[in-house]
Amino acid sequence: MKMNGARIVLECLKREGVDTIFGYPGGTVINLYDELFSFKEIRHILPRHEQAGVHAADGYARATGKVGVALATSGPGATNTITGIATAYMDSIPMVILTGQVPTALIGNDAFQEADIIGITRPCTKHNFLVKDVKDLAVIMKKAFYIARTGRPGPVVVDLPKDIQIAQTEFEYPETVDIRGYKPTVEGHPRQIEKAVAMIAQAKKPVIYVGGGVILGNASEELTTLAKQLDIPVTTTLMGLGSFPEDHPLSLGLLGMHGTYYANMAVSHCDLLIAVAARFDDRVTGKIASFAPHAKIIHLDVDPTSIKKNVRVDLPIVGDVREVLTQMLKVTDAKNKDLAAAKEGFASWKAEIDEWKSKHPITYRQTGSTIKPQYVIQRLRALSDPDAIVATDVGQHQMWTAQFFGFTIPRTLLSSGGLGTMGFGLPAAMGAQAAFPGRQVIAICGDGGFQMNMQELATMVQNRLDVKIVILNNNFLGMVRQWQELFFDKRYSSTCMELPIDFIKLAEAFGAVGLRATKVDEVDEVITKGFATKGPVLMEFKVAREEKVLPMVPAGASLTEMVLAS
Amino acid sequence: MRHTIAVLVENEFGVLSRVVGLFSGRGFNIDSLTVAPTNDESLSRITVVTRGDEQIIEQITKQLNKLIDVIKVIDFEAENAIEREMVLVKVNAEEQSRAEVLRIADIFRAKVIDVTPKSYTLEATGTPAKVSAMIELLRPLGLKELVSTGPVVIGRGAKGWKG
Ligand SMILES: Cc1ncc(C[n+]2csc(CCOP(=O)(O)OP(=O)(O)O)c2C)c(N)n1
Repeated sequence: MKMNGARIVLECLKREGVDTIFGYPGGTVINLYDELFSFKEIRHILPRHEQAGVHAADGYARATGKVGVALATSGPGATNTITGIATAYMDSIPMVILTGQVPTALIGNDAFQEADIIGITRPCTKHNFLVKDVKDLAVIMKKAFYIARTGRPGPVVVDLPKDIQIAQTEFEYPETVDIRGYKPTVEGHPRQIEKAVAMIAQAKKPVIYVGGGVILGNASEELTTLAKQLDIPVTTTLMGLGSFPEDHPLSLGLLGMHGTYYANMAVSHCDLLIAVAARFDDRVTGKIASFAPHAKIIHLDVDPTSIKKNVRVDLPIVGDVREVLTQMLKVTDAKNKDLAAAKEGFASWKAEIDEWKSKHPITYRQTGSTIKPQYVIQRLRALSDPDAIVATDVGQHQMWTAQFFGFTIPRTLLSSGGLGTMGFGLPAAMGAQAAFPGRQVIAICGDGGFQMNMQELATMVQNRLDVKIVILNNNFLGMVRQWQELFFDKRYSSTCMELPIDFIKLAEAFGAVGLRATKVDEVDEVITKGFATKGPVLMEFKVAREEKVLPMVPAGASLTEMVLAS
Repeated sequence: MRHTIAVLVENEFGVLSRVVGLFSGRGFNIDSLTVAPTNDESLSRITVVTRGDEQIIEQITKQLNKLIDVIKVIDFEAENAIEREMVLVKVNAEEQSRAEVLRIADIFRAKVIDVTPKSYTLEATGTPAKVSAMIELLRPLGLKELVSTGPVVIGRGAKGWKG
């Protein structure tokens, strides 16, 4: 059938199974919006800022595993998406971002609302496309989704000049794509897998170190089975939380800068580190030279560039994480005598770890009536649904959530790990809520980051996205204040938020409900009431202002040089 | 260590900026870079000369391979490859030095492609080592201008794309 480019875009989205997009109109996408007006298969949500629209699509993608889709007009609309795209890129989130562009004939002329978005997004996308002929449009859309979702996922930008949206052509959606320069490895090399199993059989003190790739690659079940079968302790990165149940005795929780004492000790003393879809970020490794100094390292990743980028690796395995773990599970079962023998040896290692666990558990002290932020996180866990989705912003509250919430289900923690983007939490929660209207979605924010995208309260109220917003209000840019306290002699340069905002009135101004707790005995009441109230609810907790996130490995120090909670 | 890397890419809009952007964004060196279409019209071939230890070169080749528009990357080893570059060089050629310039040109089988009363312009092709040896001899006579293609490289015998 013959149709215009705008309609083709929507038909392609439909065929990719897209049911929701987050977009903001403007001159160069007005044709697309005109088609959307009568296109009932796709729900369009209008955020109040394009950055939030991209974060929302990102949250949607993280929560569902599907490709998130955002739409923006050319020029300022497109440039507003950059932080969102870069955030998704750093965390390998599958997304397609559609941007309007000035008509083909005007490109390069400094036309009204022209920006070279292909040039601008080149370093923060997995790939990008400028559509120059409407005949290529369907194929490009197909490629964009294919690239976004396969291999190591990532955001893909498709730039759509206005004339392409208007031009007519025969629409036919390709069934398959073949991109000769893009062939992600799926299966792990059998010999490497054999070697890995042999290394595990030789080990006395193994640790599994899990990254976000296990969640992105839907391999949590395989990972959990493998760890339990081999009886090997598991530590995860921020992005990996939820891949292995934190209430299991083998769980060591988070590692790295704000990781647990026992996870960091285990990594520093292990003789075999099995890195699964993790990328050895500097927030995880601390000082590289003293990272896992006694360990042989096995590194499993779908992206060959991740391997040996930061640390030496003794055994690389390139492949899809779920596929490779499945391959491993075939040879690690009870029939493997060498492994059975090795497993018995792990007992003393686990006892050593248990000692570390009891010596320095993750802890804080709730004294007096001032609310400790960690207490709020624990109460949120206790009072929320078991499958509640938690989106965090960036800062202290993010780390306390990682330390104290106790994630047991993949895709229930949505957090900006790689880029560390303040302003991410609220819109990401909104996107997850759009995907799962029936599930509890909680946004945990600091008072600083909340203000970076608080306009989205309007979107939530308008679209009945009933996110429960939690603000841990310390009236500081807390994480930066913590660094200033520890490393800059308490010179709190520009981290005190001075102006006390009435967040309750703010929520009410948008038509949402606001609740506040100022004393510890009000916490449960506010949470219970907040969860029971229909519609978006903002819960403000006035918390101890100068509480620190501990343990902490100072930037550039070794993982064993932790500042511990007293 | 100096490496000459050949990159076969889709002959498409923006490909060069992806490759160059990768080098600048990740802090890799580019000593020289040449690019032109190949016998297959849909493909271009980039030859890039870079430097780095083993780990950096491994990252460079992996990162190049990761680009969607890159089809193949070969990090050529000197013994399996033939490398050539071309230079055009304008040298002072006044009374005393005119004969000397011609003598050097002759030794290196360079061609004189432009003559004025004050200068000769030479065209020379060869391995980077040969070309730079010639330049060093010409330099004391007064180099006015030097332009180089940077090396291109091709595998010996069966080495290369289809070997
Ligand atoms: C967009 C952006 N700007 C600046 C920073 C640097 N930064 C990291 S944490 C932080 C403080 C966050 O304060 P708040 O949102 O109040 O959360 P808290 O740390 O108090 O929990 C800042 C400024 C950032 N991560 N992102």
